[in-house]
Amino acid sequence: MEMLDIENLHAEIAGKEILKGINLQIEAGTVHAIMGPNGSGKSTLSNVLSGHPAYTVTQGKVTFKGKDLLSLPVENRSHEGLFMSFQYPVEIPGVSMTNFMRTAINEKRRYLGLDPMSPTEFLKLMKEKRDLVKLDAKFMNRSVNEGFSGGEKKRNEIFQMAVLEPSLSILDETDSGLDIDALRIVAEGVNSLKTPESSALVITHYQRLLDYIKPDVVHVLYAGRIIRTAGPELALELEERGYDWLIKEFEEKNR
Amino acid sequence: MKTGDKDNGLVRELSEEKYRFGFTTDVHTDIIDRGLDENTVRLISARKGEPEWLLEFRLKAFRHWIQMPMPQWAHLDIPPIDYQNISYYADPTVKKEGPKSTDEIDPQVMKTFDKLGIPLEERLALSGGVAVDAVMDSVSVKTTFKQTLAEKGIIFCSIGEAVKNHPELVREYLGSVVNYRDNFFAALNSAVFSDGSFVYIPKGVRCPMELSTYFRINAQGTGQFERTLIVADDDSYVSYLEGCTAPMRDENQLHAAIVEIVVLDRAQVKYSTVQNWYPGDENGRGGVYNFVTKRGLLRGVDSRLSWTQVETGSAITWKYPSCVLQGDGSQGEFYSVALTNNWQQADTGTKMIHLGKNTRSTVISKGISAGHSQNSYRGLVKVGRNATGARNYSQCDSLLLGSSCGAHTFPYMDVNNETAVVEHEATTSKISEDQLFYCNQRGIPMEQAIGLIVNGYAKDVLNRLPMEFAVEAQRLLSVSLENTVG
Repeated sequence: MEMLDIENLHAEIAGKEILKGINLQIEAGTVHAIMGPNGSGKSTLSNVLSGHPAYTVTQGKVTFKGKDLLSLPVENRSHEGLFMSFQYPVEIPGVSMTNFMRTAINEKRRYLGLDPMSPTEFLKLMKEKRDLVKLDAKFMNRSVNEGFSGGEKKRNEIFQMAVLEPSLSILDETDSGLDIDALRIVAEGVNSLKTPESSALVITHYQRLLDYIKPDVVHVLYAGRIIRTAGPELALELEERGYDWLIKEFEEKNR
Repeated sequence: MKTGDKDNGLVRELSEEKYRFGFTTDVHTDIIDRGLDENTVRLISARKGEPEWLLEFRLKAFRHWIQMPMPQWAHLDIPPIDYQNISYYADPTVKKEGPKSTDEIDPQVMKTFDKLGIPLEERLALSGGVAVDAVMDSVSVKTTFKQTLAEKGIIFCSIGEAVKNHPELVREYLGSVVNYRDNFFAALNSAVFSDGSFVYIPKGVRCPMELSTYFRINAQGTGQFERTLIVADDDSYVSYLEGCTAPMRDENQLHAAIVEIVVLDRAQVKYSTVQNWYPGDENGRGGVYNFVTKRGLLRGVDSRLSWTQVETGSAITWKYPSCVLQGDGSQGEFYSVALTNNWQQADTGTKMIHLGKNTRSTVISKGISAGHSQNSYRGLVKVGRNATGARNYSQCDSLLLGSSCGAHTFPYMDVNNETAVVEHEATTSKISEDQLFYCNQRGIPMEQAIGLIVNGYAKDVLNRLPMEFAVEAQRLLSVSLENTVG
């Protein structure tokens, strides 16, 4: 079954068009990688899919699990199973991780017509998911991302992903700013969450992350369009040769 | 015009949902005629059956008040107040016929406090026990747990009752912290004050339960002028809570109170307020004018006084709970969250007056402004010549929601001893779009996200409140901000 279907998506920020006709289909149970040079529109794509208010969709259609994604408010996209791991997770002073996660879980349960989660069940779930990304119990009393190291912030993103059990996870440059140990922890977390029903869209500049999270399909995004789609071998080729040859090919074709 | 009326009804319904204390109680209330002159003062004193010395106290204050102008220095736009168009005494306990009964409370009044979540029957009190003095308009209708407290020698009653039963204590301390000449509203209150609470904690006694006063304005066209006096004798401890609400009305109602606290050697007093007077509607119509003088005199060595306030209500707030640190080693604290929305105005803060040696004070103020509101922190740290080793730390943060509101900080320092250390920090911030988006992405809708972020911002102060109050305060902060972003 198709998890996500993006048709001819155009989007702009502050009047400047960034996405210029994206077409992309993601099947359930698959991992897609989106690679591309800086400024090609990778982060815009993840922000538009999750509904950041600064971006305006000017054309196109996105279907997520059979629903019109673009018509849903941000929180309902989340409730329907869309998760974004942020490149730069924001700090929320004074709001403990416990309070934040309890609110997030119970809002989702309310959306699904369920009663709030019992405290016992909640604590058990938190422990189970923390262990996945090796965060200790004290972490739950800290304010959301406040004073977290780069590695802790990314582990926190994967922790939240594990708790919310999304159908589609968008990992936006999750590898940026991570040392190799943190990268491994994060990747192991993501891999352990893989199910035949869930998909991931891994956005990255470098091949490095894809050594740990194996994609089924690799796309190259350039100037707001997908200019190449191939198997995992494409990532290796890009690592070796860079993006320039692909860009050149694309520009010659479009001349 | 029919549609218009219907729309108004809808708006009213919506805003009533936001201010859920906006109802009125239909109870027979004896209200004296509007207007204020010496006869009014005499009438109030007579109604309360007061001794001559107290009438003299009132008259002196009144004669001083009539010569005073309204203070203009606050960052507030206060419409002219017609002091002759207010009734200064309203008694909801007087029966239509026959003499006033002291034991029986009108069931309507009981029901009112029930509805406000303030049980007046001791068996219904919250676990752990909170003793309540319930004041409606000008009169204390009931004080609970008086007997239990009396067994420890603690006096907890309305100030009117204290004047009758403990005149020596009232006479010694009334006006000893806030002189009637202190300011315009203090003079007014001293002339016309009605019930508030009186607390005396004897030497060495730790008060076994929280004491609280709940103030309710009910009658139309009246003002409330309560007076509270707390005396903590040597080595005693008390935690005192204050709550307040009023009906939704188009008129502005005046509330001008005085709270005086005397803290003796090594005694400790915690005073917490959740102020939720009716703030007016979304167009700035109606609401309570809250002009209050609160001050503690830390007379004893190593005495401590801590003010914690959560201010979400009132159309206009003018309030500076202060500490006079007279005893050597005394410590004063002020923790405040002031939230203003729509057209509300608040000018609030504190004065820390260091007189004794090695006195310390801490000020944490968190302002939150939304809508078209104006929110100011005004604080004075004064260190006297003899206050060797005095220390103060002040932190004033402002959070802005939207671009039509204002946040202001007016810190004053007057340091006359070179050994003193006075620190002041201030920040102004906005809730960022990225913080909201992050919450939304995790499935938390806009209003809940704002509530979460604002409560996080105010956490340092909310943590100081007793448990039951903290929960109510958190809820209030969220509810008061509904529809601010969208």
